[in-house]
Amino acid sequence: MTEPVIELPVDRKIDTSHMKVTDEVAIQITGMNKWYGTFHVLRDVNMTVNRGERIVICGPSGSGKSTLIRCINRLEEHQAGQIIVDGTELTSDLKNIDKVRSEVGMVFQHFNLFPHLSILENCTLAPIWVRKIPKREAEETAMHFLEKVKIPEQAHKFPGQLSGGQQQRVAIARSLCMRPRIMLFDEPTSALDPEMIKEVLDTMISLAEEGMTMLCVTHEMGFAQAVANRVIFMDQGQIVEQNEPRAFFNNPQSERTKLFLSQILGH
Amino acid sequence: MSDTHAQTVSYVRQTMLAPQEPPRNQTGAVKWVHENLFSGWLNTGLTVISLLVIFWLLSGISPWLLNSVWRAGSLSECRAILDGTSGACFAVIVDRWHQLLFGFYPPELYWRPVLALVLLFVALAPVLFTAIPRKMLAFSALYPFIGYHLIWGGSIWFPITVLLGFGVGAVAYLLVKKINNLAAIFAAILAPVLWWLFVAGPLESSLHSIMPLGLDFVRSDRIGGFLISMIVGVSAISLSLPLGILLALGRQSDMVFIKTVCVVFIEFIRGVPLITLLLFASLLLNFFLPPGTSFDLILRVIIMLTFFASAYMAEVIRGGLAALPKGQYEAADALGLDYWKAQRLIIMPQALKISIPGIVNTFIGMFKDTTLLVFIAILEPLALANAIRADTNWNGIYWELFIFIGALFFIFCFGMSRYSMYLERKLKTDHR
Ligand SMILES: Nc1ncnc2c1ncn2[C@@H]1O[C@H](COP(=O)(O)OP(=O)(O)OP(=O)(O)O)[C@@H](O)[C@H]1O
Ligand SMILES: [Mg+2]
Repeated sequence: MTEPVIELPVDRKIDTSHMKVTDEVAIQITGMNKWYGTFHVLRDVNMTVNRGERIVICGPSGSGKSTLIRCINRLEEHQAGQIIVDGTELTSDLKNIDKVRSEVGMVFQHFNLFPHLSILENCTLAPIWVRKIPKREAEETAMHFLEKVKIPEQAHKFPGQLSGGQQQRVAIARSLCMRPRIMLFDEPTSALDPEMIKEVLDTMISLAEEGMTMLCVTHEMGFAQAVANRVIFMDQGQIVEQNEPRAFFNNPQSERTKLFLSQILGH
Repeated sequence: MSDTHAQTVSYVRQTMLAPQEPPRNQTGAVKWVHENLFSGWLNTGLTVISLLVIFWLLSGISPWLLNSVWRAGSLSECRAILDGTSGACFAVIVDRWHQLLFGFYPPELYWRPVLALVLLFVALAPVLFTAIPRKMLAFSALYPFIGYHLIWGGSIWFPITVLLGFGVGAVAYLLVKKINNLAAIFAAILAPVLWWLFVAGPLESSLHSIMPLGLDFVRSDRIGGFLISMIVGVSAISLSLPLGILLALGRQSDMVFIKTVCVVFIEFIRGVPLITLLLFASLLLNFFLPPGTSFDLILRVIIMLTFFASAYMAEVIRGGLAALPKGQYEAADALGLDYWKAQRLIIMPQALKISIPGIVNTFIGMFKDTTLLVFIAILEPLALANAIRADTNWNGIYWELFIFIGALFFIFCFGMSRYSMYLERKLKTDHR
């Protein structure tokens, strides 16, 4: 079998010195099931994410990837099983939900910036109102992260004035301003043009280089190859296969995975 | 194959061209007229017809307006001056303007409603324009009490003891909050109600006996004219927006009980003609109230109009809420904002912005609906027009009075409409 050629999404060398997987458990999902009405979307999902892990979740459309990561910050409610995030179990208890949400950042496919607020206000809103950080300090933090995603000069514009790639980087900065310990990404690049995909992936890679715990739903296999320590393949609401990226791409075990990879990698 | 058109010889410009005036018929008035009035034979035809209609209307009305009489004691005197020619008799306005504006408010006290109107604009300024210092909002919050006292008068201790009720509520909330959040909300509602029922009255009379301060009391049935339209309109407008927001949120709520109450309220109010509600307020409400309670008619009318407008407002705002993408709620949730913070900071600012035209539409509609109060014996401007006609001096005069009243309403409605356009422009941040 020929090894698929997966290109790195960035032109630089990736610094892996801080990418360390620890023994500490960040997310623990056991026997989790979810239904939409009578439709069984997630079926007996078991998964442990350790602090420092960078996990890529892929799979065909409708396989439940979004639903899975949206359950982790309770944007969707699961009906059976257990989800523990940073030691807090997600139940209908609002206190726990708020606690988890303030520790877990999320980036959406369609950015979901607040169009009536400036970029800076987008970034300072949650720190000021949820974390109760003084405005000035929140603004300093926001500028710090906007610099990190390389758009400090856009701070006083409105989201509608930015390109898609810039908006997505703002969305990442907005999440980071809450100083989350875990970041969730739901297809962050699939609404973007190729040139912009690159700048967003670059931002995500630098985040990984700093040792952030990340769960990414994405079909950017270059990204997976470059920074993920584990790739999870889902189909029909179940985890079908998971492995470290090299083995996953070069030597997939299940037929479904093989079919999916051949489609997505163009072989 | 021909390559005669291909650019084969390389070319470099030697002299740069200075900018020139555009051709004459491409700019200014000529171009505008050409593009907007005579751009084709259909448009040219429409323009000509419109001009003819305008000319016909003006030539019909302007002699009547221009040939108007401003000084006369009665309609017959007017007719004598006009001597058979057609002309308006605005003398009735000169004679009776104070009644159309103030009803039977004591003339020596006119300064009070006028001052209340001036202060109304002062109070509205920080609400309407963000450039005004935010501290001024404190005055806006106090205005209802100041306005009430100026218009009705009476002991100054009455508005003050009522105002203290809110302070009592705040204190109760802060004290109980340490124990339990939900209990604190109940305390914040219960404490002021108890205060108003049992403490405010005795406190007011004892304070008044110690220090009798205040303005001359004016009875509600003396207040009339455009003043009453303003009192009822402004109160109902400012109360119906918050109530409408709560109803719209309630209708979207997951809590079945709250949702049902809101839906029933909205559908009932929308399904019943306003005049029925007003008659209910004026005639029937007294049967339901405990005997001996005198519940001012103006207050009852304000409550009914507020209910009426807030039901419409709720539906307008629901439209704004429905137009927001789901992603906005999700982003707010994902950042850890709770329901009320998400509503206040993310959802409502956007939903209200989308709904501005509908909201102002409701405001304007309701302001004009205050003229329906004529049917329940409140002396709003149309009722006074009837009263003026009942006077033998002015028997038979219609147009002049209606033009004056119409102009008053037009000024305020047009002002609201302009403000809403200003606000829409100012809040336009989506850059689509
Ligand atoms: N709110 C909902 N109500 C009912 N069914 C839903 C709902 N949301 C998603 N589904 C269904 O659940 C399944 C999983 O959806 P999900 O969005 O998690 O898929 P996905 O793997 O993220 O797909 P994609 O790659 O297209 O984003 C799909 O079949 C979808 O139709
Ligand atoms: Mg998805």
